[in-house]
Amino acid sequence: MRNVTPSRIVAAVLLVGLGLVPVIAAAIGEPYYITLFTRIVIFAIAATGLNLILGYGAMVSFGHSMYVGIGAYAVGILSFHGIGNGWAQLAVAIAAGIVFAVVIGLVCLRTGGVAFIMITLAFAQMVYFLAVGLKEYGGDDGLAIGARSDFGVFSLASNTTLYYVAFAVLVLVLVVFERLVHSRFGMVLRGCRSNERRMAALGFPTLRYRLVAYVISALVCVIAGMLLANLARFAAPSYMAWQASGDLIVMIVLGGMGTIVGPAAGAVALLVLEEILAGITTHWMIVLGPAIVLIVLTAKKGLYGYLVGREATRPPPADERP
Amino acid sequence: MSVGLVLTQALNGLQLGILLFLLAAGLTLVFGIMNFVNLAHGSLYMMGAYFAAAVFDRTGSFLLAGAVAIPATMVLGVVVERIALIHLYSRDHLDQVLATFGLILFFNELVRIIWGPASVYMNAPAALSGTVNLFGLPYPSYRFAIIATGLAVGAGLYVLIHRTRIGMLIRAGATHPEIVAALGVNVRRLNTLVFGLGAALAGLAGLMAGPIVSVQPGMGEPILILTLVVIVTGGIGSIRGAFYGALIVGVVDTIGRAFLPTLLREFLERSLAQAAGPAIASVLIYVLMAVVLAIRPQGLFPVRHG
Repeated sequence: MRNVTPSRIVAAVLLVGLGLVPVIAAAIGEPYYITLFTRIVIFAIAATGLNLILGYGAMVSFGHSMYVGIGAYAVGILSFHGIGNGWAQLAVAIAAGIVFAVVIGLVCLRTGGVAFIMITLAFAQMVYFLAVGLKEYGGDDGLAIGARSDFGVFSLASNTTLYYVAFAVLVLVLVVFERLVHSRFGMVLRGCRSNERRMAALGFPTLRYRLVAYVISALVCVIAGMLLANLARFAAPSYMAWQASGDLIVMIVLGGMGTIVGPAAGAVALLVLEEILAGITTHWMIVLGPAIVLIVLTAKKGLYGYLVGREATRPPPADERP
Repeated sequence: MSVGLVLTQALNGLQLGILLFLLAAGLTLVFGIMNFVNLAHGSLYMMGAYFAAAVFDRTGSFLLAGAVAIPATMVLGVVVERIALIHLYSRDHLDQVLATFGLILFFNELVRIIWGPASVYMNAPAALSGTVNLFGLPYPSYRFAIIATGLAVGAGLYVLIHRTRIGMLIRAGATHPEIVAALGVNVRRLNTLVFGLGAALAGLAGLMAGPIVSVQPGMGEPILILTLVVIVTGGIGSIRGAFYGALIVGVVDTIGRAFLPTLLREFLERSLAQAAGPAIASVLIYVLMAVVLAIRPQGLFPVRHG
């Protein structure tokens, strides 16, 4: 069969494996694994979201955890005021995400390259300090969330439901992104990655395309943040700490940037690695730090590129949609 | 709100700006000449502060602490550059950011293992523990010494870069590294020299900050982010930009934190002002940076080519 390529096998194994987590956790009587893997899936969603601009648009945002935090605080603040309806929380989170992403995106996209990295980092820090300054909502200590979101037809109260909702969001994001990057929009975005001036000369309003990509990727992170708040029943400024943004980039590079499934695979790999290292020593960061340096120095294509082999570097097949 | 209080806060802002300048100068030099983003610069500052605190703890001598901490940080910077960073000069900025991010995790955990998670304290030297009299205004001598040292270092850097042969090579290397290499200059050694200079400045900043901040794991990150704001505002790669940018950011941040909450109370309800004041004050410099970038994306004092 022509369609059975290594990349599809990797994607299928990853998704089937993640889909079976609650079953396996129930079978071996370790419900903790559901919580652990919910966290992993949530970060896989966020990393996939960031990869849209980082991998396909060459916009290295070092501040995307701020959108995770915005999603988490939307759930937290509404819940604090007694609004537990998931749809209302979703609407507020998306609206807040759009406002922040459009304003911040417009400023950041005026620059490029290394200045873009630093400015996104600085803006994330600004939102972080704003959250610390929200004394009414816990400030530095964060905000406990009384009840998980209730979506009417389903509620996130059960851990298994939350897991499958997060998993469904991940699959949905992967499918939509797979189509998006091969659409006309994705072609323009990838064109800007290689040569923005040429795309502008061809008559494309490149700023608009890049801004839309920035906002989409931010909104995916907002939704990941809503799920994270539901998982932890907590919203804290630490979700937006700059190390969290760095972790997202590590996941993407570890998995393979500019591939659809890579960042999700990287999130699984990094968080499982962290879990194992944390079980061995409390000073696991002393191992993780040099490990990151080594990964950057040696593995150019990421884990996914390594698994898929030469396919990732081969030119795209002729039947790729224009 | 007396004139004396405003003046004291302005001096505090100047002092923060001077510290930021010492870090920004190293970071911007390394970026300007090697096109390298070194997020681990904050870790070098932290290591400088720890080296100083450790020596001070054993000997009680501030001068000795400085004499050890500054060269030690420089050596550490050069070692890290030779082992890891040298392979990253030709990579894109993403790889550089990520690898130095890994180094930050490493150094933070390293100091946690060696010195523990709690803060380490060091005192200002006894000779500088009093106050100086500035036009009838008492100001801590130690903070005054920081300002004086920073200005002296700034002047020294200016002379080094604009008036010496090494400085000429650094400036030439920033714009035309291939030509400089073709003229027979060892650009690799020049890179290491610049990196070591940046590390030494970070160590100096760590030493001087030791007595006025708490020396603890992760102390490098908040100041690193302020430093990034400084060099983006001032213009990346420009020493002049780093100097003015650092002073602007230091003064705006300090004055904002000191007076904005009181100022807001004049216009807003008391409870609202109390809630919003500190939050707005802490984001003031980021707003400043956003405004600068919206008007001049290349920064206030960009490098002049040609």
